[in-house]
Amino acid sequence: MASLGELERAVMDLLWAGQEAATANTLRDLLAQDSEAGDGSAGHQGKDLAVTTVLTVLSRLEKKGLVERERGTRPHRYQAVSSRADHTAELMHEVLGSAPDREAVLARFIGSVTESEAATLRKLLGYN
Amino acid sequence: MFWTSYLLAVLALILAWPVPVLLSRAQWPARSPFTAMVLWQAIALAGGLSMIGAMLVYGLEPVGDNLLAGLRSLAGMVFYNEPTTALGFWHLFALSAAALLTAHLVFTLLLTYYKIERQRRRHRELLALLASPSDDGPGTVVISHDSPVAYCLPGGARSVTVLSDGLMAALEPAELRAVLIHENAHLSQRHDLLLWAFAAWRQALPWFPTTRLAQTAVNSLIEMLADDVALRTESKGTLIKAIAIVASGSSQPTVGTHAFTTGGAVVEGNSVSATGGADSPRTTASRVSRLLSPQPPLTKGLRILVLAASILLLAVPTALLIVPGLLG
Repeated sequence: MASLGELERAVMDLLWAGQEAATANTLRDLLAQDSEAGDGSAGHQGKDLAVTTVLTVLSRLEKKGLVERERGTRPHRYQAVSSRADHTAELMHEVLGSAPDREAVLARFIGSVTESEAATLRKLLGYN
Repeated sequence: MFWTSYLLAVLALILAWPVPVLLSRAQWPARSPFTAMVLWQAIALAGGLSMIGAMLVYGLEPVGDNLLAGLRSLAGMVFYNEPTTALGFWHLFALSAAALLTAHLVFTLLLTYYKIERQRRRHRELLALLASPSDDGPGTVVISHDSPVAYCLPGGARSVTVLSDGLMAALEPAELRAVLIHENAHLSQRHDLLLWAFAAWRQALPWFPTTRLAQTAVNSLIEMLADDVALRTESKGTLIKAIAIVASGSSQPTVGTHAFTTGGAVVEGNSVSATGGADSPRTTASRVSRLLSPQPPLTKGLRILVLAASILLLAVPTALLIVPGLLG
């Protein structure tokens, strides 16, 4: 049985890859297919993956603000709030941005560099 | 008692302005970053202690011979309704100010911790979904991004070092190792605690020169400390090259202007203007020049002198507060 963390990741990958909102049932089938296809690493969900487990994973993702559900339909259909690229952009914005408290949240190998400083460093490397 | 509060106030003033200005201009911290770090911590702690202490001692002057005696009589007034006639308006004012400042500092420290932890948790959650594990160890993940980016996200056992695709492509294995050792040094030396404390210190008293200078200096010193760890196993040339590639690679026109807007978030390379927070752009320059033309570390005697001064900085205000009748 895969951990909830691995399942969250697998579900998000499916939602990001798919164009349309999906129900928990559809997602369960897709996850089962993936594991039958036997792509080793992520494929130990097995056939016995219960829809309730998928629903648990989905509600966890919803709480984290990553997934939203269409409430008009039954069963509920789920979709990703924003794309994978958007979330990557959000992360990198936090890393590269100059928010005043960013310095305390994470430590970057290289902080902000001015253009002239970068030019000096390139010269040092023998570029230009 | 009166002289004590006067001396503490003078100490607080000196530590709030001239001392940090001088220290931030000094050249020697780059030679012995650890010693400088201890001194900055002593300055911050002694500064806060003497600020609060000066007001407390002034306010308690009529009712106690030293801090402990004064606090005891104050507790008597607060909890057992003993007469307060001994305290005039300014005494009460000073006592209230001391209590407020203490509460403010503690509250800001906790609030900053909470904010940092919340941001880190969110960041970790996203990383769990977006980044893939790397071959370089359990705590290392790779995120798909073109700019060369490396950073670590502290969080105890869940600490993680993040590398970008762009970085992996740009660096040779040895340079990559240097980057990883550098980031792991941040984690193992618990630099996050320093960053937290000094970020809160600045947040609490943003108009004090000392808090801004201290944060800038500490940010720079932890980078030097981590560089020194990397130098134990990797060559100086490797580290310099890694720094230069990451710094220049991310602000090269091809990458630096490569900004894309998605969901309201603009991402670009490292060419952030010099206005960016306390993370002074001079940090990178001073790191590189420190590696290119290394100065010998401070002599043992000087280092002991600075450490002794740090201890004295903490001991003097404490002694002034506690020892009865010192200075009458």
